[in-house]
Amino acid sequence: MSETIFFYIFAVISVGMVLLMIFQTNPIVSALYLVFGFFGVAGLYVLLSAPFVAVLQVLVYAGAIMVLFLFVLMLLNLRKEDLVYDRLNWRKIGVGGVAILFLGFLAHHFTRIQIQPFFDLPENFGTPEGVGRLLFTTYLIPFELVSILLLVAIIGAVVLGKRQ
Amino acid sequence: MITIHHYLILSALLFTLGLLGAVLRKNILIVLMSIEVMMNAINLTFIAVSRYLRVMDGHVVAFFVMAVAAAEAAIGLAIVVSLFRTRQTIKTTDWRMMRG
Repeated sequence: MSETIFFYIFAVISVGMVLLMIFQTNPIVSALYLVFGFFGVAGLYVLLSAPFVAVLQVLVYAGAIMVLFLFVLMLLNLRKEDLVYDRLNWRKIGVGGVAILFLGFLAHHFTRIQIQPFFDLPENFGTPEGVGRLLFTTYLIPFELVSILLLVAIIGAVVLGKRQ
Repeated sequence: MITIHHYLILSALLFTLGLLGAVLRKNILIVLMSIEVMMNAINLTFIAVSRYLRVMDGHVVAFFVMAVAAAEAAIGLAIVVSLFRTRQTIKTTDWRMMRG
């Protein structure tokens, strides 16, 4: 029963914070709303018995990536006229309708998925030990490739940020 | 009773909201944040399915998606900073030199 209550609390937090993030004029305020939205998604990960990914969500998304966003936002020194709210027009209403159709399509196909629920989980499910063991045995080569990807991203960011 | 369908429909909703934010807003920083929201929705799908199938592979994929999101945020923000230096604006409608 408490799982149901917590699911709806975290679902309302994440969806509501994402909605508030989209409809803001000031990007700093919307970055702060998005931090709370990421916390809501981290709570959902805890409910899904994935504590390691929940901790990574808070550390990497709500911590590192959003700090990077706020840092760049304060570096950019935006003027008042950059922060105007986007007007509603027919193109946007059409895009919204297409998005609602897309959501209906996704929901229709997701509700037809049949998976028998299991309540007994294996040992070390979702803990750092379990995920790490999988990461360093089955997924060793993708893990090393991710390190190369991050290195390339660092070099690319330095090259792009350098003044000509 | 929370089934997998609750989580899957919630992640579909989050993905659609991120898509709307990425398409409708003109502020490039909010577009980048909406792309982060879409990646989060994909992560939620992976975690939910791996919980109900009792395999941990989804957690590893979520880890990789987080690494890709971090790289994307770093490169995207570097591009935004260098474009802002030359154009002095962050509206996507003002950056149309690539349009034919």
